Amino acid sequence: MITSKCSKLTFSEIKTGSGLQAALKNKPAEVISILADSGMKGRGGAGFPTSTKWRFAAAAKGEEKFVVCNADEGEPGTFKDRVLLCDFADLVFEGMTIGAYAIGAKTGIIYLRGEYTYLVNQLESVLAKRRQANLLGNKICGKEGFDFDIQIRMGSGAYVCGEETALIESLEGQRGEPRNRPPFPVDTGFMGRPTIVNNVETLAWVTAILAKGAAWFKSVGTEKSTGLKLFSVSGDCAEPGVYEFPMGITIAQLLKEVKGEGAKAVQVGGASGHCVAAKDFKRALAFEDVATGGSIIIFGPNRDMLHVAKNFMEFFVEESCGQCTPCREGNHKILEGIEKLEAGTCSMAYLDELCKLGETMQLASKCGLGQSSANAFLSIVANFKDEILGRTEKVAV
Amino acid sequence: MANLNEDVSRAPKSMRAQTITGITDTTDIGATVRVEIDGKELKVPIGTTILEAARSIGVRIPTLCYHEDLCIAGVCRICVVEVEGQRTLQASCAYPITSPIKVKTYSSKVRKARRHILDLLLSKHYGECYSCFRNNNCELQSLAKEYGVDQFRFGHPEKPLHEVDASSYSVIRDMNKCILCRRCVRTCIDVQEVGVLEAVGRSDKTKIETFASKPLSEVICINCGQCINRCPTGALRANDPTDDVWAAIDNPAKHVVIQTAPAPRAGIGECFGLEPGRALTFEMNTALRRCGFDKVFDTNFTADLTIIEEGTELILRLYKALVKKDTSIALPQFTSCSPGWIKYIEHFYPEMLKHVSSAKSPQQMFGAVIKTYYAKKNNIDPKDIVTVALMPCSAKKFECNRPEMCDSGFKDIDYGLTTRELAQMISEAGIDLPNLEKSDFDDPFGTATGSGVIFAATGGVMEAAIRTVVELVCGIKVENLFDHADVIPVRGFEGVRYAELPIKQVGPVPDILKHLVPNWDWLKGATLKVGVCHGTANAKKVLDDIKAGGKFSECHFIEFMACPGGCLGGGGQPIPTNPEIRKKRAKAIYGEDAHYEIRKSHENPAVLELYSQFLTDGPCGHLSHKLLHTDYTPRGKYIA
Ligand SMILES: Cc1cc2nc3c(=O)[nH]c(=O)nc-3n(C[C@H](O)[C@H](O)[C@H](O)COP(=O)(O)O)c2cc1C
Ligand code: SF4
Repeated sequence: MITSKCSKLTFSEIKTGSGLQAALKNKPAEVISILADSGMKGRGGAGFPTSTKWRFAAAAKGEEKFVVCNADEGEPGTFKDRVLLCDFADLVFEGMTIGAYAIGAKTGIIYLRGEYTYLVNQLESVLAKRRQANLLGNKICGKEGFDFDIQIRMGSGAYVCGEETALIESLEGQRGEPRNRPPFPVDTGFMGRPTIVNNVETLAWVTAILAKGAAWFKSVGTEKSTGLKLFSVSGDCAEPGVYEFPMGITIAQLLKEVKGEGAKAVQVGGASGHCVAAKDFKRALAFEDVATGGSIIIFGPNRDMLHVAKNFMEFFVEESCGQCTPCREGNHKILEGIEKLEAGTCSMAYLDELCKLGETMQLASKCGLGQSSANAFLSIVANFKDEILGRTEKVAV
Repeated sequence: MANLNEDVSRAPKSMRAQTITGITDTTDIGATVRVEIDGKELKVPIGTTILEAARSIGVRIPTLCYHEDLCIAGVCRICVVEVEGQRTLQASCAYPITSPIKVKTYSSKVRKARRHILDLLLSKHYGECYSCFRNNNCELQSLAKEYGVDQFRFGHPEKPLHEVDASSYSVIRDMNKCILCRRCVRTCIDVQEVGVLEAVGRSDKTKIETFASKPLSEVICINCGQCINRCPTGALRANDPTDDVWAAIDNPAKHVVIQTAPAPRAGIGECFGLEPGRALTFEMNTALRRCGFDKVFDTNFTADLTIIEEGTELILRLYKALVKKDTSIALPQFTSCSPGWIKYIEHFYPEMLKHVSSAKSPQQMFGAVIKTYYAKKNNIDPKDIVTVALMPCSAKKFECNRPEMCDSGFKDIDYGLTTRELAQMISEAGIDLPNLEKSDFDDPFGTATGSGVIFAATGGVMEAAIRTVVELVCGIKVENLFDHADVIPVRGFEGVRYAELPIKQVGPVPDILKHLVPNWDWLKGATLKVGVCHGTANAKKVLDDIKAGGKFSECHFIEFMACPGGCLGGGGQPIPTNPEIRKKRAKAIYGEDAHYEIRKSHENPAVLELYSQFLTDGPCGHLSHKLLHTDYTPRGKYIA
């Protein structure tokens, strides 16, 4: 799955320790300013400005603060974090260390997807090397008072544990269920302490930004979505894999690169993302247009879009944590509706009702899972209504 | 000492909207923030939730998973509102206001979402309202009406999906009616620190379950029934023996007597539409006779008896420990009248059972006395007597079925009825309770004291004990120490309380205790230290403090009540419950107390007569030990 494209990642140009050393030349607040200047936004999906998150955590009062790396990578169709952890774990840990310096944390935790257990030994040896090189531990790089270390914790196997508050809940030994917000983790996070939770890729870019400068980073991308981004590309294309593109690349451009032209639709952002039809392939992959955590799933002309929708809904019916009403029951109702559509027994009125229900789920669910689980269904209904309803007519006569 | 009234909840934080600590600018502390709700402007303290702010100006926002007594889960989503500038709707119960916001509580988005949420809940809620004990007292039913639910848009189950768990003597679980609001889960872990109930499974397979899905009777449930009182639907109910009670009444061969505990009389009016806080003691007596009970007794009689027995036991423990230097004596002594508390300590602190007074609860003492003393006195064969206990409690149902509770040679108490169940019987008999004429309790136990009545409120047992101990030991009127004999230091609703009472002088040993202690000189100059707590989460704090050698380890006597507020907040009391309602019930209880002519247990003439005629070897004597005392089972918390 890992294509040759990976070796060309910008990350291969970054020397271990260079980002951290550059960071330590600045005051913590200046590190955050550099990030602000770079325009860096979270690569985990939500696109929250990294500098803002860190600034809140730096300002929050707490005897103890934590840096958490979200390596739960559970979104269907993403595998870029795995590639980073395999090949560039040093940069990820370095990003955490820079974060610790910026907010004043002593402990870092990497929450690693259960399926990535096979990476643990390798990651531990990277950590050991970093300790030896004094890039972790006490008085890091000789900096008086800067003590920080990282531990690895295994994920609990639920997609929802990638949601940052459920992740923290899981770290505390509870069922992985999202918390009410506000307050946010930057204020009341792990063990009630200020905590930054960042995606693997975000942390790797932080290291790159410190090493190469904010100006370098924002020289590519769009005004609102600066820099480069990794994309996990899968589905109906000749060259699936992990790609690095500037933010703002259009879907059409991306399809050309991965030899997926002729696609009927592209699912951007995984199961919780949106299904973009061919007529909209000129749209840009950027926070201000079609946002994504990096998952791109390509559907060729022969794909059955109702089946696609069903597949996604089955995922959410499996993965909803079951806490809140709209998501717990809503996903199930939509899936039932899809089954009715398949059987040709779903009336237009009921389909309408289900779409309204989907909107309620987007609005009223407690966390991002329920707020986005209906996205795929709604966009497929909007873009492929004829295809979906085709079978209603065929069977219903 | 650590503040034991601090929140140390074990509930996961997903189930506890947290307090705002993010206000880093200290000038903000105590500051207010402007908020506009449906066009009305108001100022609220920073951190107030939208729901609280709305309620303060009379704007009604519907709720289901929210409960005044519980930490905030924000899971049902029925209370969502629109906050200007926010992409999604916000759960008003879980949204603390920290900056000026504008809120709409019934915009079209909000109304649509609420209706959808109701439709979704109903699509999984199996149950027919008219065959449900919560008919007309169900929060889901009320909301369905309020939001004009006229059809089941997303379906409705036609047959039950779950088996009903009726294994427990106390609490029955019918998960077909469960809407997964998790109030029971939070009650059990947060209010009671027990944690029998937990959500298991994910998504639409989520279910509230016991450990390893065992029947409730086989897990560490303490039977307190607090979950019943907080369930918005009929998913939880008490194990109801009214059919058996009616059958006994209808059987002419049976002599059916009922004892009524003090708390139900302060609550039963609520089942008949009265405002909380109106006691219907004497109307209820009339109603019970109309229902067909042969005798109506007041549990206060054995509450007074409990004070004598438990008080004597305390004096004996103190005497042995302080004078005889017997190091095997466990102090402080713990009260034993709350059966939920007893099951709690049996499960969670079995190693501390030696602290618990061996005195039975008033309910069980009464059963033993009725089937022996009363039976003999009235020439009735005890096997023909059916003893019913009206209690505010679901744990009492378990208690009366404990195998050891047969000291009379029969089952001491045959049936435990809750306040709710009696209200049901009364209405079934077509009786208009609030407007009934009044009548008194039956002899020979008729005369009760105010001390017995206040057993219903947290701190009441301690207050009754203090009234008696002060008079018996100090030889002075308790009124000299406390105005109107109101022992204010042990009253109130704070979860954990502590009080000291210096014994400055001692009097002569009263006749009833003369055979046990020669004099009181050894208590002169001592300070009696007492503690009070209610809700087993608070009990845990006190027990842990004792284990750690804290302040409560120096206490002599500690009152423990399983339920918040004491018995007046019991699991058999009318639904709903909240701090306000419990306060009103307490007011009714203390009002009753003030009206009694005799307010001290040791002055109860019927109790004194019992000792002179029947329990002739005195308190804690041989016969009293056989009939009025018991022992406990160290159960532990590990389930096979
Ligand atoms: C259901 C759900 C699953 C998520 N899974 C992940 C994940 O696997 N990895 C991740 O980095 N972020 C995930 N997120 C996003 C996180 O909540 C959070 O926004 C992110 O870790 C923040 O990091 P960033 O600011 O660096 O992007 C998920 C969010 C939701 C709602
Ligand atoms: S939206 Fe879904 S996953 Fe998120 S809290 Fe609600 S039930 Fe759980």
